[in-house]
Amino acid sequence: MTEPRSSVSESMPESESSMSEPEPQALEIEPPMLELDGITAGYDRRAPVVRGMSLTVADGEAVGLLGPSGCGKSTLARVAALLHRPYAGTVRLAGRPATGFRFRAAREQRTSVGMVFQQPRLAADPRMTLRQLIAAPAHATGRGEELRGRVDELATTVGLTPDLLTRRPHQVSDGQLQRACVARALLLTPRLLICDEMTAMLDASTTAALVAVVEEYRSTNGAALLAVGHDRVLLRRWCDRVEDFPSFAERAAG
Amino acid sequence: MTEATAAATTTTTPPAPARRAPDGEPLLTVTGLSVRFLMPGGRDVAAVNDVSFDIAAGECLALVGESGCGKSVLASALLGLLPANARTRGSARLRPEGPDLLTASQATLSRTVRGRRLGLIPQSPSAHLTPVRTVRAQLEETVREVTGTPRAGLRAATQRAAERAAFPLDHLDRYPHQLSGGLAQRAATALALVGEAPLLIADEPTTGLDRDLVDRTVDELRRHVDDGHGLLVITHDLAAAERIADRVAVMYAGRIVELRSSAAFFGEPGPRHPYAAGLLDALPERAFVPIPGLPPELDALPAGCAFAPRCPAASDTCATLPAFDGGLACHHPREAAADD
Ligand code: SF4
Repeated sequence: MTEPRSSVSESMPESESSMSEPEPQALEIEPPMLELDGITAGYDRRAPVVRGMSLTVADGEAVGLLGPSGCGKSTLARVAALLHRPYAGTVRLAGRPATGFRFRAAREQRTSVGMVFQQPRLAADPRMTLRQLIAAPAHATGRGEELRGRVDELATTVGLTPDLLTRRPHQVSDGQLQRACVARALLLTPRLLICDEMTAMLDASTTAALVAVVEEYRSTNGAALLAVGHDRVLLRRWCDRVEDFPSFAERAAG
Repeated sequence: MTEATAAATTTTTPPAPARRAPDGEPLLTVTGLSVRFLMPGGRDVAAVNDVSFDIAAGECLALVGESGCGKSVLASALLGLLPANARTRGSARLRPEGPDLLTASQATLSRTVRGRRLGLIPQSPSAHLTPVRTVRAQLEETVREVTGTPRAGLRAATQRAAERAAFPLDHLDRYPHQLSGGLAQRAATALALVGEAPLLIADEPTTGLDRDLVDRTVDELRRHVDDGHGLLVITHDLAAAERIADRVAVMYAGRIVELRSSAAFFGEPGPRHPYAAGLLDALPERAFVPIPGLPPELDALPAGCAFAPRCPAASDTCATLPAFDGGLACHHPREAAADD
């Protein structure tokens, strides 16, 4: 591929909180939490929705990725969470290249990333109670007993009452279900959180509450964040820097 | 009330298009509307409680609130789409004369009301459009059904219907999946406008749309209001409400807790109900601070003010239900902020 590789970091040098401020040796010691390098991905090899994109999220940094719906930013988010195999390019988590995606992802890498999706109903098994939903990653990794207390703790953190925890998805509102999905994403104490339009379906108060939960978690655990969305006001308020997802037109022209 | 006068004459902040005062005849009068659901096991869910408002020609009323506050149940009630276990009280009359939407039969609703006197702009246009038929085919069918246009005039009438919603004529032969989100919304709006219903209801018309598209969709809806339609917008998007509405009704736990002009609500002096104030403060362009706690379950509403467990101003008085009076239901409304 000889086409000029456009990267979000290159195309938007105006980032306000400049990343180049910290001393270079600090960056050398701590590899970035997430590096997307020349990622091409999509659902049709002949028409990938993401082409040759690169993006870096430093350890502990919060990066917003802004773009209209359908632009491919959700696909890029899924690649970063190791949920979707790219056609080309490299994903590095804390400096280590990902060798597999989806069920082939190395467990340790997969569990270092927590992901929250736009539509909680599509991301929740309708047969599970909210408690089971939050605890699912613990059971999947054989840590059900060990993390029992953590489930309760997180449920309280996201504002779910014990009564709500016994309900199934159809018995709660979108906002309540998304609260459970955020708790689920935090259960294994990820080093990186990826939020794909986490609040697009939610009202203002629930949005502010869930962003506060994520920020509280990040400030105690030093986790990094990639927040993907279309709301510039929200991402600017939330993140250290906000990058524009390059549009097809820009990429074709550039 | 000097501040009220001031608010009424102050022009609103940039995005709002010019508003004309809602001077038209009322198109809909809702009085004391309540909706309850009888659930298995004797549970009784009070989804809408004693709601009253009206909408005039040339006016847009935005009904805002968190998910589960009852606003979509209210919309279903007005559209005659409540499930069988729902019980309603009060009335929702089309004016100047017309059936009560709560008691009219399905036959009446489908023959004389829906599409003719009341148009629905749906939440999810792509779900509302039939995927296997072109926009032209769907519009033609609706035009024929609603207006009885003979075959000879159908093509021209269909084009007029498309133009009314700014749907591009060269896209009429496309299928819904070939349309962008914005064009799908316009196609759905075109369908809603076919019968020239004076009253429009838009249920979460901007959910999932990008901000630019939200602005454009909202501005297009506003154009129909300025053309003389009455519009009820049900939304959780406060920015969209600010952009389109003449008046804002804030709903909490099934009740309207504040109803006032959009200019006074979003600008000066601001909302007076503590819940409404909290909702605005949660916006990322404002304080970005959530309201603590969760809304109450509608089958277990506290006696008195339903917001009391979350309210910073709550007192013992709040154990009795505050009456809705002067656009407000609160025992301790916030003082209108004096700017000093
Ligand atoms: S009535 Fe009381 S509890 Fe309810 S909003 Fe007003 S001050 Fe708060």
